[in-house]
Amino acid sequence: MARMKFLCDADRCIECNACVTACKNENEVPWGINRRRVVTLNDGKPGERSISMACMHCTDAPCAAVCPVNCFYTTADAVVLHSKDLCIGCGYCFYACPFGAPQYPRVGNFGSRGKMDKCTYCAGGPEPDGSRAQFEKYGANRLAEGKLPLCAEMCSTKSLLAGDGEVIAQIYKERVSRRGYGSGAWGWQTAYGATIAT
Amino acid sequence: MARLFARIRTIAAAFGLLIMVIGPASSPLSAQVDPNASAVQEQQLLNQLKTIQGLGTIPDTKSYVLEHPAGRDWQYFHNVTLRWIAGIAILGFFALIVIFYLVRGSVKLESGFSGRKIVRFNWFERFVHWMTAVCFIILGISGLNITFGRPLLLPLIGPDQFTAWSEWAKYAHNYLSFPFTLGVILIALMWLAGNIPNRTDVEWLRQGGGIIGDKHPAADRFNAGQKAVYWVVVLGGAAVAVTGYMLMFPFYGTAIDTMQRAEMVHGVAAACFIAFMLGHIYIGTLGMQGAFEAMGEGTVDVNWAKEHHSLWLAKEMERESKPVRPVPAE
Ligand code: SF4
Ligand code: SF4
Repeated sequence: MARMKFLCDADRCIECNACVTACKNENEVPWGINRRRVVTLNDGKPGERSISMACMHCTDAPCAAVCPVNCFYTTADAVVLHSKDLCIGCGYCFYACPFGAPQYPRVGNFGSRGKMDKCTYCAGGPEPDGSRAQFEKYGANRLAEGKLPLCAEMCSTKSLLAGDGEVIAQIYKERVSRRGYGSGAWGWQTAYGATIAT
Repeated sequence: MARLFARIRTIAAAFGLLIMVIGPASSPLSAQVDPNASAVQEQQLLNQLKTIQGLGTIPDTKSYVLEHPAGRDWQYFHNVTLRWIAGIAILGFFALIVIFYLVRGSVKLESGFSGRKIVRFNWFERFVHWMTAVCFIILGISGLNITFGRPLLLPLIGPDQFTAWSEWAKYAHNYLSFPFTLGVILIALMWLAGNIPNRTDVEWLRQGGGIIGDKHPAADRFNAGQKAVYWVVVLGGAAVAVTGYMLMFPFYGTAIDTMQRAEMVHGVAAACFIAFMLGHIYIGTLGMQGAFEAMGEGTVDVNWAKEHHSLWLAKEMERESKPVRPVPAE
C-alpha cells in the first residue's frame, strides 16, 4: 500500500488559490471552513514564497493521539480520517495539530464548536465508500475511485503534489537537481519526521 | 540591394532563433542566477520563531499560521506528563487518606455530645458551599473524563456510548463553570475575614492540628487546615476558571500557543485541586465526628466547638451572653 503524502513545491506555487477553490467545490465544504489554504511568506519582499497547506496526514498524528474520544483512524494508505459521529467538538486536535488543519463550524461560540472538519485527502470518512452519508459529512471520496485529491490534480503549475510519498519525493528531487534550487519540502520534517534530502 | 538586406535579415533572425533555442541551456549565466538565494527557509524560520506565519487571502486570519511544531510537544504533555501528574496527585493523595484512616481512624468527640447546639454556618453560607461543591464534583468528573476517559472508560462502554456521555460531560463542564466561578468568588468574599493566617495557626500546626496526636490546639472560626482549604479553593478556583474561560472562548485575545499553555495550567491545577479536596471531603465526613453537621444543618454541638474551635466558641458565647440592651428595672 502506498503512503500518501502532500508536497507543496513553494518555488512553483503562484498563489492562485485554485487548490483552495477546488477543494471547497469538490467536497462542498461548509461555509466558513477552508480545508486548504495558501499562506504567503515574506509577501512583497524578495524571496517571497507561497505554500499551499492542508492536513498533512502526519505519521503518528498528534490530533489522533490527543482526541479524548479516539475518533481518528488511519487508512491503509496512511490517510488520517475521523468520524464526525464520534467527535464531541472539544478542540483538542486543533491545539495539537502543527498545521492548523482541524476546523470547526462555530469557532468561538461558547466552546460548543460543532463537529470538527478537516482535509480528508479526498478519501471520505467511515461510512461506505461513495455513499450519500459519506459525501454529506466528509465530501468526495476520490481515492476510492482511483483518483488523487483534486487540489493537487488540478494545480496548474504542478506545485502541489499528492501521491505516494516516495514517488512525489523523487519527482521533487529531480526538479531540484534540474533547476538547481529548491526551498524544501515544507512541513515534512514536522509531519513525517524526515524531510527530502536534495 | 533589397535582396541582400532581406538575406541578412533572414540570417540574423535564424541566428537569433538559434541563440534563443540553445542559449539558455548553454549559457553559463543562468546557472549562477539562484532565485532561491533570498528565499525563506523552513528550518531557519522555525529556529528563529518556533512558528511560521505569513499572509493569506481568506477571511480566517488564524489560518495564516502555516506551521507550529509545538503541537507535538503539547501532545506529549497532554498524553503523558499530565496523566502522570494527575494520576500520582489524585491516587497518591487518596492512598494517603486511606492509610491515615486505617491508622488514625476517625477523630472522635472526646467529651461526647452535649446536646446544646450553636450556629456555625447560616443558610446562605451553606447554599454557596453546596452549590460550589456540586459543581466542583461534576466539573472534576467531566474533566477527568477528558484526560482519562479514553484509556479507562472507552474500552468498557464502547465508542458510541462514550461519545454520548462525553458530549454531555463537555456541556456540563462548560455551563457549570459559571455557577462554580460565582461560588468561588462568593466564598472568597464571605470567608476572607476568618482566613487570614495568624499566630494561632503556627501553634495549631505545631501541635499537629489535633489530627496527628490527640491534643486540641486552640483555633478561631477556621483553623490552619481550613485556611489552607480556603486558599486552595480561592487560588485553585481562580486558576482553573481563568484558564478554563481561555479555552472556552478560543481566539479571544489568545493564540494557539496561549491556549496550549492554558490547557497545561488548567490540567495540572485541576488535578492538584481535586487531590486536595479529597482531603477536605474526608475530614468533613468520615474523618471527624460531628464535622459534617456544620455544613449539613449549619449547627454544631457546643462540645465539638470547644474541642476544635475554642477561640471561636468563646467569642460566640460572649456575644450571646451580652444583652443587646440592659433591661432597666421597673
Ligand atoms: S496535519 Fe493536523 S489534522 Fe492532519 S494528521 Fe497532522 S495533526 Fe492531524
Ligand atoms: S474536536 Fe473532535 S476530533 Fe478533535 S479532538 Fe475533540 S473530539 Fe476529537
